Amino acid sequence: MADARVQVPAQVRRGESFEVKILIRHAMETGYRLTDEGKPIARNVIRELTCRYNGVLVFRAEPSSGIAANPLFTFFVTAGDSGELVFEWVDDAGARASERASVTVAP
Amino acid sequence: MVRGVGALLLGLACVAVPAQERSLPAGALRSGSTYLSPELRAMQEDGFANPGMLWVEKGAKLWGVRAGADGRSCADCHGDARASMRGVAARYPAFDRAANRLLDLEGRINQCRAERQRAAPFAFESEELLGLTAHVASQSRGLPLKVAVDGPAAPHFARGRMLFERRIGQMNLACLHCHEWNAGRRLLAETISQGHPNAYPIYRLEWQSAGSLQRRLRACYSGVRAELPAYNSADLLDLSLFLAWRAEGLAIETPGVRR
Repeated sequence: MADARVQVPAQVRRGESFEVKILIRHAMETGYRLTDEGKPIARNVIRELTCRYNGVLVFRAEPSSGIAANPLFTFFVTAGDSGELVFEWVDDAGARASERASVTVAP
Repeated sequence: MVRGVGALLLGLACVAVPAQERSLPAGALRSGSTYLSPELRAMQEDGFANPGMLWVEKGAKLWGVRAGADGRSCADCHGDARASMRGVAARYPAFDRAANRLLDLEGRINQCRAERQRAAPFAFESEELLGLTAHVASQSRGLPLKVAVDGPAAPHFARGRMLFERRIGQMNLACLHCHEWNAGRRLLAETISQGHPNAYPIYRLEWQSAGSLQRRLRACYSGVRAELPAYNSADLLDLSLFLAWRAEGLAIETPGVRR
């Protein structure tokens, strides 16, 4: 499922850092659990999350089994030009998803 | 004994509401969120970081999706949920005269889906049903619970109260033994809450997912090692009605975050 929620300030000032939040719906299956029949459930967590700001990589994370389902990532980015934040992530099952948010920089 | 008199009166004449003494007066009611750690309470109150909002948002999208033989969406009849659904969740579970049975909010949504949209009802605990329920219930955030327990709902209410007070399972415990007599005390690492249904569907950390009141009640049945009632069974619905009455006046918090 590729739904996520992204939060960035409506407007930021050039040179200032601003907070970016992304909440991704993902089961984050740890790989340590067993089915009722005792068979292991394959690990399926978000393997990599990246955020690009006008094409420049500003944030990258490699979550693993210890991260809760539906993870929330919060980080700070320094405002440059107005443009777009592009989030991309891939999980162990190979499912890719992305989300975008636009950033408006006041002169 | 007072209950017995109430039931007798009801049986004799079906007059007014039976005697309903409250063991938890309005001033003593504590929402489940007041038992949470400050961090979890902050998570619930943060409109962005609350993971239950993923379901609310999904429901808001589904609200406008046309479905079924008639190709109608929820919005086609009900318009903007922010206006039309405000206060609705506070009245559920409610007795539906047309269907001649008690419906909780999930049941009402599925009934609407089957009869008005002529679409297949959603499965219990499906993302769709949880999403729509969370979307509808969150429109009533801040409003006090107030369900009708008179008229045709009275027998359901009486049965719900009986279920709340009846010992069940290998543990031989009734709901009231934990959630009334020992609320606020510890059960191993957990603080026992008063067991109010004012934040459902909730995002429960133990589940790592959102879930309905019925799922939570089943978890309690499992906790006392009793046989699990089926989803939408009379037991779960009647108990939900009693719980909603017991929590009358508590503000709706959907989507709640719980441990």
